Amino acid sequence: MSVPRYWREEVPRYRLLGKECTGCGAKFFPARPVCTECGSTEFKDHKLAEVGEVVTWTVIRNPPPGFEKYKPYVVALIELEDGMRLLSQVVDVDPDEVQTGMSVEAVFRRVKEDGKTGIIQYGYKFRPVVE
Amino acid sequence: MRKVAVAGVGLVKVSEHWGKPIGALFADAALQAMKDAGTDGVDGLYVSNMSGALMQEQLSMGALMADAIAKPGLSAVRVEAGSASGGVAFHEAVKAVASGYSDCVLVAGVEKMSDVLPEVVTKSLVMEEEQEYSAYTGVTKPGLSAMLHRLYLDLYAEPSEVGMMAVQSHENAVGCKHAQYPFRMSIERAMDSPMEADPIHMMECAGVGDGAAAIVLVPADTEGVEVAATTVATDYCSLPMREDPLTLGAVKTAAEKAYKLAAVKPGDIDLVEVQDDFTINGVLSLESLGLVEPGKAAKYVAEGGSARDGELPTNTFGGLKARGNPLGATGVYQIAEVALQLRGAAGDHQVEDANVGLAQNMGGLGSTCAVTILRRLGR
Repeated sequence: MSVPRYWREEVPRYRLLGKECTGCGAKFFPARPVCTECGSTEFKDHKLAEVGEVVTWTVIRNPPPGFEKYKPYVVALIELEDGMRLLSQVVDVDPDEVQTGMSVEAVFRRVKEDGKTGIIQYGYKFRPVVE
Repeated sequence: MRKVAVAGVGLVKVSEHWGKPIGALFADAALQAMKDAGTDGVDGLYVSNMSGALMQEQLSMGALMADAIAKPGLSAVRVEAGSASGGVAFHEAVKAVASGYSDCVLVAGVEKMSDVLPEVVTKSLVMEEEQEYSAYTGVTKPGLSAMLHRLYLDLYAEPSEVGMMAVQSHENAVGCKHAQYPFRMSIERAMDSPMEADPIHMMECAGVGDGAAAIVLVPADTEGVEVAATTVATDYCSLPMREDPLTLGAVKTAAEKAYKLAAVKPGDIDLVEVQDDFTINGVLSLESLGLVEPGKAAKYVAEGGSARDGELPTNTFGGLKARGNPLGATGVYQIAEVALQLRGAAGDHQVEDANVGLAQNMGGLGSTCAVTILRRLGR
C-alpha cells in the first residue's frame, strides 16, 4: 500500500465519515464522485451511525495475503442505525456465535501490516454490542 | 451491421500445464480453432486474460499472443473484465466483424494459474472487487458469494439443494476431454467437505487450473452457428450499494437486452452455460437470467430441471466447477461449448434438438456480465 493511497482514505476509515448529496440528500459511504440518485457532484460530510445489525455474514478461512494471522475471521454486511450499509469484519466474537440480526458497534482496529517496515494499516471493525 | 458466425473452435483441457508457458498454451487453442475454421487468415485478435499481470508479471498480452502464433503485424488487444474477460472479449470481437472492420477474427482466452501459490490466486480473485472498502475488510471472492448464499438459505432453500448445482456439473463432465475434473461427485461429498467461506463448502467452489479456448468469427452465411446476440452490462461493484443483493443486476440487464436482440424469449433457450464458480452463483444466475423464477432455482436444480436430460440443460460439459475455471479463458470455453452443441458436435454431451443456446459469464460479484446467445442456422 503506497502512502498517498493510504493517507487519502484515513479520515473516512478512521471516523466512519461518508458523504451526503447536497442536491437530493442521498447518503453514501464511501464517497462517490457522482450521486447515484440525482447526478449531482456536490456533497457534504455525513458521519455514519456507529451501531447497526448484521444483515448477512461469512467466515473467511482462506484469507488473502496479509490477513493470515486473523483467520478464521468474520466479515459481514452491516446495516447501521441511519440506514447506511457497509462491509466490515466482526471481531471479539467466536464465529460460531455470530447471528443474522446481531447488534454490533464500530471499533478502531489494526487491519494489517505491510511487512516489517511498511505502513501499519488501521480502520474500523465491528464487535457485538454487550447488552 | 453484419450477422456474425462461429467458424471454428479450439479447446485445451483445463489442467495443470506445468511444462507449458502461457504463449504455448494459447497457441494450442488458437491453432485448433483456425484449423477447425479452415483458415489462418485472421485479421484481428482479441485475447481475454484476467491475471497475467499478477501471475506471470506479463503485460502486452495482445502482442505476446500474436507473437506466439507467429503473426506479427496482426491487430491484437487484451481484454480484461475480471472473470467476465472471456465473454467481454467475445463481445468486442463480434462487434469488429459485425461492423465490417474485420472479416475474420480470432478471440481466445488464456489463463495460467498454476504458476502461483494458492494465496496469490486468492489475491487475484479479490482484485476483481473494489479495493479500498471491500477488499480492505479481508473478504475474499468466495466470502462475498457466501454472504449471498446465506441470505438465499435464510429465504429459499436447503444447503443440499444449492449444492446440487456442483453435483450436476460433475455429472455432466464425465467423459469430457477438455474437463479438468471429469468424474462424479456425490452431494454427501460436497456437504461433508470443509467450509471455504461459510456456508460455502470447498467442493462447491470451482478449482484452480490452466486453460485456453479459442473461437474464429466470420460474417454469417446461411448455415452454421450464428451469433444471435452478445451483450455486456455492469452493476455497482460493492455489495452494500445493491438494493437487493440476491438480484444480479448486470446479469438481468445483459440478459434482457440479449433476448430482445436475438428476438427470443427465455423459454426458447434450449441449453445454457452459467457462471457456477460457486454453487450459489450458478443458482442466482439462472434466476437473474430470467430462466427460473426468483427463489426457485435451487429447488429447480435439485429436482433435475437443469440436468442435461432435463427441461433446461445447464453446464453440459461440466461448467466452471468440473470443466474448470481458468478465469479469463472461461467465458470463451462457455461460448465454444454452446457452439459445439448447436453444431451437433457435442458427442456424449449432446443435447437433442439444440437450436438456441445461451452463455453467461460474470466478473466480480456480478459487477460485469456478458451474455451470448447463439443460434443454429439452416434449419
